[in-house]
Amino acid sequence: MVRIKVTDRESISRKRSVMTLIVSLIAGITAMGLIFLMSGANPFYAIFKIFSGSFGSRYGIMETITKAIPLILIGSGLAVAYRAKFWNIGAEGQLLAGAIAGTWVGLNWGPHLPSYLIVPLMFIFGFAGGAFWGAIPAILKIRYSVNEVISTLMLNYICAEILTFLIVGPWKGKTKFGYPYTDDLPASAILSTISGTRIHYVTLLLGIFTVIILGIVIYKTRFGYEVRVIGENTHAAHYAGINFFKATVIIMVISGGVAGMAGIGEVAGLHHYLLYPGSVSSGYGFTAIIVAWLAKLNPFFVILSGLFFAGILVGGDAIQISLGLPAATVQVFNGTLLVFLIMGDYFLKNKVTLKWAKD
Amino acid sequence: MGVVFSEGLVDFMEKIKQLEMVGISKSFHGIPANDDIHLTINSGEILGLLGENGAGKTTLMNILYGLYQPDSGQIKINGQRVKIRTPQESMAVGIGMVHQHFALIQPHSAVENIVLGYQHAPLFFPQKKIRDDVLAFSKKFNFDIDLNKQVWQLSAGEQQRVEIIKALFNGADLLILDEPTSVLTPQETQDLFVILNRMKQEGHLIILISHKLDEITELCDRVTVLQKGRIVGHADTKDVDKRALARMMIGRDVIFNIEREEIPRSEKVLSVTNLVVKGDKGISMVKGITFDIHKNEIFGIAGVSGNGQRELVEAITGLRKSESGEVRISGTDITNQPPDKIYNKGISHVPEERIKFGIAPGLYLYENAILKQQRSDKFSSRMFLAYKGIKEHARSLVDAFQVATPSIFIQTKNLSGGNIQKLILGREIDGKPPVLVASHPTYGLDVGATEYLRKQLLQRRKEGGAILLVSEDLEEISELCDRIAVIFQGQFMGILEADDPNIKDIGLMMAGTLQL
Repeated sequence: MVRIKVTDRESISRKRSVMTLIVSLIAGITAMGLIFLMSGANPFYAIFKIFSGSFGSRYGIMETITKAIPLILIGSGLAVAYRAKFWNIGAEGQLLAGAIAGTWVGLNWGPHLPSYLIVPLMFIFGFAGGAFWGAIPAILKIRYSVNEVISTLMLNYICAEILTFLIVGPWKGKTKFGYPYTDDLPASAILSTISGTRIHYVTLLLGIFTVIILGIVIYKTRFGYEVRVIGENTHAAHYAGINFFKATVIIMVISGGVAGMAGIGEVAGLHHYLLYPGSVSSGYGFTAIIVAWLAKLNPFFVILSGLFFAGILVGGDAIQISLGLPAATVQVFNGTLLVFLIMGDYFLKNKVTLKWAKD
Repeated sequence: MGVVFSEGLVDFMEKIKQLEMVGISKSFHGIPANDDIHLTINSGEILGLLGENGAGKTTLMNILYGLYQPDSGQIKINGQRVKIRTPQESMAVGIGMVHQHFALIQPHSAVENIVLGYQHAPLFFPQKKIRDDVLAFSKKFNFDIDLNKQVWQLSAGEQQRVEIIKALFNGADLLILDEPTSVLTPQETQDLFVILNRMKQEGHLIILISHKLDEITELCDRVTVLQKGRIVGHADTKDVDKRALARMMIGRDVIFNIEREEIPRSEKVLSVTNLVVKGDKGISMVKGITFDIHKNEIFGIAGVSGNGQRELVEAITGLRKSESGEVRISGTDITNQPPDKIYNKGISHVPEERIKFGIAPGLYLYENAILKQQRSDKFSSRMFLAYKGIKEHARSLVDAFQVATPSIFIQTKNLSGGNIQKLILGREIDGKPPVLVASHPTYGLDVGATEYLRKQLLQRRKEGGAILLVSEDLEEISELCDRIAVIFQGQFMGILEADDPNIKDIGLMMAGTLQL
């Protein structure tokens, strides 16, 4: 008989956390290999294809960076929210809210304003839209004790339906031959890209800038300190005179706002018009949850983990084409990795020993 | 083993007549918690296990209870070696443990809690079938308690008795009690001692973990003293006096009667008038309390937990809104102000349950050294925290208040309780605030840390501080306080001067039978 004994680890060395991370990733990728095997693909080839597809060519790398843009933006915002133990899983909705608000500005004011005015305005409104959508669950939680997991998740669907309503109804484009899209944004409102790539560098720079700001906020400012105290111990936060209402709303304004910027960045940088919610968000709001956790809720590490998951998304597209695997494969891959990362975290925090007993 | 209460539930394990721990050693991360411990206890005996926090008492008992495995050494029952790998196995050989913090399910009845832990309970309708057995059993030991009540309705003493019944009902011959009196009133403590003496006469073996010398000398037959994981002495309690035990425990003399100089009371600092505060359940827990505290004064509130102390303290420090009444500091009204405002007005607070309220456990020591002061100009400029100054401040607190820590860069949860409390007290009184509210400041701390903290409180008094001390420890209250208020069901039963002759009746006042 095997006895399993679980004890708390009193201290965790940096080396151990890095090793745990690496082992979890390897284990997750191995498990994914088994799934490839079951669906009849050569696992080594498939996994090789994923990483060569994303990091093995100039095109691949450029695509990876493109997809990393929203992941980095959203992931760094989620890291702030999760630090305070506010479980925001509504970044999808916040992204869409930002896309809606930014697109409205672009369509209505874009024709009359030069690029250097309209682009900042679109991002400001994108931030405001996401922030508004993020603040709702914060207020609901503090004022009425509504569980934020439920409210943020549900607000995703509400926002997606609002967007669908807009593009099939009032905002339906006159130039789109009856398709449920808005008209193209005017040229001044479209973000330019690095030539030969789809990298809308304005959003990329904004993302890196956000990471740096949020990193400083978390580790250097008074507000960041209070966020960490709230996340560690709400009783102590109360004792320390921290205003929960204000802090939680600010946290969600930040978290939702940066997701909103990612939303308008996607529209103005890639799509150029508003389209179906699933195409606008591509599930970035959910993938970014894993990005934030892989980065251990450190905004600076979000850049690396964002690139890593963007790579998997791009590589997933590659194996869809070369191996004929279904599109959902990438989601299975992401989910599997998340499960292994969470398991790794458990083994990092707890010491588990197996003992073989004779009887 | 154990007690036979009905046909068919008899276990054939032998009753414990003697238990030996032989050469037990256990270390954590290379630091020995127990080092070659030998002890023996016989049927009909109460053994006291005395030692400071961190001396290894609880580790040793957790080994006996199967929570830890020793690195070396063995446990023998009636001369035969036994292996105890889990609490279940420990129970099976007849060992039961009552932890310092009870493990009872609050919304369930006492009898349901007892049945829940019972190994031979049938799968279906267990409480129905066993209820009568439990009731008969508790009558036999004269446990005066309504077992059909839900646990949350029971007092701490009653809950403890439920834990004891639970252990005995599971067939415990040997009962380990970890700091059993820390939550009890003097009367409840006496009741507990009666029960324990009766168990002793029935042939049970009892191990009492404690750092209270009085109860060790009063109750135990023998005492074993631990210091830093080693046994530093054994004694028969009839041959040894308290002073000698104390010296054994901490390796030097302790001043038990701390000198409290006479200082004349000067002006009023904190005034509380007709304060009414509701508790979590929406019922008034503080029902119109009025008192003043002066400069150079320690004002004590004695009473059994749950009589409104927490609500009173929270209302004064801004953690809870009061319904009516007033709190003033040096004349300024601070009623129902937010906690940071009140702190800035000069009321600092050493909260009860230090780990729950006083620190953010995962943050570093230096970060916790400024909790609640994060907005002060001293530690922040505009939006940013001045981490350099904060670290210096943390270092000076660590030095000034004797916080034993390898560095200020360790997560605060890794400090021992006494060191966490020193850090909190240091943080709260370093700025010499006019008023300090201290709730149970030495609860669960060892003699050394307790002595240190009490001296610090007296030092604050000498420097001109006004201190509100809430404690269940009567010794502490009577040693430190200039005046003592006794609280019962949200009201003061009286306010006594330290030299008031009525002080001997303080127990009656705590129980609500005497009002002055």
